[in-house]
Amino acid sequence: MRRLRHYARLLAVQMRTSLTLAVQYRFDFFLEGALALFWLAITLIPLLVVYSRRESVAGWSFPEALVVVGWFSVLKSVLDGGVTPSLNFVVEGVRKGTLDFVLLKPADAQFLVSTARFEPWRILDFLGSIAVLVYAFHRLGHAPRAGDLMVGLALFGVALILLYSLWILVVSVSFRVVKVDNLSYLFISIFDAGRWPIDVFKGALRLIFTVVFPLALMTTYPAQALLGKLTSAHALLAGTGGLAFAAIARFVWKRALRAYTSASS
Amino acid sequence: MNRLLRGEGLRTVRHVLRAYPALLRVGLADMFAYRAELVVWLLTMNMPLVMMALWTAVAKSGPVGRFGQREFVAYYLGMLLVRIITGSWLVWELTMEIRNGTLAPRLLRPIHPLWAHSAMQLAAVPLRAILVSPLVLVLYFTAGERLPLHEPARLAIVVAAIAGAWILLFLIMAIIGTLAAYVESALSIFDVWLGAQAVLSGYLVPLELLPPWVARTARYLPFRYILGFPVETLIGLESTTSALHDLGVQALFIAGSLVVTLALWRAALKRFAAFGG
Repeated sequence: MRRLRHYARLLAVQMRTSLTLAVQYRFDFFLEGALALFWLAITLIPLLVVYSRRESVAGWSFPEALVVVGWFSVLKSVLDGGVTPSLNFVVEGVRKGTLDFVLLKPADAQFLVSTARFEPWRILDFLGSIAVLVYAFHRLGHAPRAGDLMVGLALFGVALILLYSLWILVVSVSFRVVKVDNLSYLFISIFDAGRWPIDVFKGALRLIFTVVFPLALMTTYPAQALLGKLTSAHALLAGTGGLAFAAIARFVWKRALRAYTSASS
Repeated sequence: MNRLLRGEGLRTVRHVLRAYPALLRVGLADMFAYRAELVVWLLTMNMPLVMMALWTAVAKSGPVGRFGQREFVAYYLGMLLVRIITGSWLVWELTMEIRNGTLAPRLLRPIHPLWAHSAMQLAAVPLRAILVSPLVLVLYFTAGERLPLHEPARLAIVVAAIAGAWILLFLIMAIIGTLAAYVESALSIFDVWLGAQAVLSGYLVPLELLPPWVARTARYLPFRYILGFPVETLIGLESTTSALHDLGVQALFIAGSLVVTLALWRAALKRFAAFGG
């Protein structure tokens, strides 16, 4: 219990540091926030073009697909605001050797690097995504049922765990392949495919996006839950999948950390 | 290049030509040193594949405009091909050099830094071409009859268009990269450029499937001449005559960007000198 309180205080300190940094470069961060809204608009363009030609694609109507896009953008804002900045921090630390300072601190290293950086301005992006979700349900003509909403929120937790675990796996890779600045670009570019319902993909891509890089669990399933279309079997699958990924990620992180030899030695 | 404007052109060109092979060799060595980076960067180019999957699912129930399933496959493969071959990292290199001052030693060398950079980036092209060769094979087997293999004129235009696209993108990156001497967030500006390019070059969606006024506007903007135009010509969506016309437009955009690049570079250099003290 004391440990927990200790870590809660650590988290507060880390967040305060990020906030101070963000306020220091406020013009830049405000620009980034505005850019995120710009990208959200660009995300919507292919969707609008496709649905100007067809009533439904792979069994998804326009408002339903919009729910997936909205959900995807919510996750992406969390990714951009809370995950990617820390990822860049670690990758840079590995290259410069400054990660050693983090590892020397008397706290769990995974916790420290995971909370190293936040970008508070991403809240703009988050609100924009929520607006898309609200509009999608407005088009559908009904709000999600309370039960479905609960399942959706639970799956949101699962999606966050998945996202975080994948990220930890990527960081572990950066220990081995040092010169990989582009790693976060790669991560985001693959994640981008999550804006489409999984039913759009066939064959190998579908398998990859369900099992290897489980985009389906992160965006399609939660959207289905909100729409009240998710079977309980799928929900259970998503839950166990998320937990399994988290366990694997923690294991790989421990292994990678043991094999980590700093850039300076 | 500055001297080129002052009329000592021939000597400069001879000078550059003498140094160029060595610069290319350095670039190639650099490329092989960072091969893992190249592969990771290639993997980030997965958007066309996702769009291909999406549109082939859409076109299952019948063609969309002139696009059936095969056309979509050919289009996005072509996109991937052109994007990988014509891409470069100039904007990242330039902003970094300006910000941390490593541009200074480059300025001491008896060759314009942009020439040196062009050699570094050009050296990556053969390796990029080798890496995309499997895509060419897939393209050949899915849409062989659409490729200009038996039309030397169109083939020549395609090659020229891809070369032109490379130069145009290089110059645009030079312009935005040089802006780093003035503003902190030159890379954010480039992000905006990429966003606009994704829509207006046909990278996300073929231009002719966008609303007509957007497609018309795109013809008067540089974006299409970086991706959409070479791809449309490659897979035979554009007639040889209109492709020839577009090649001229592309040349105009290149000339315009070259003028802007040189002017901006000179102005920025004065500022940069002030930077270093």
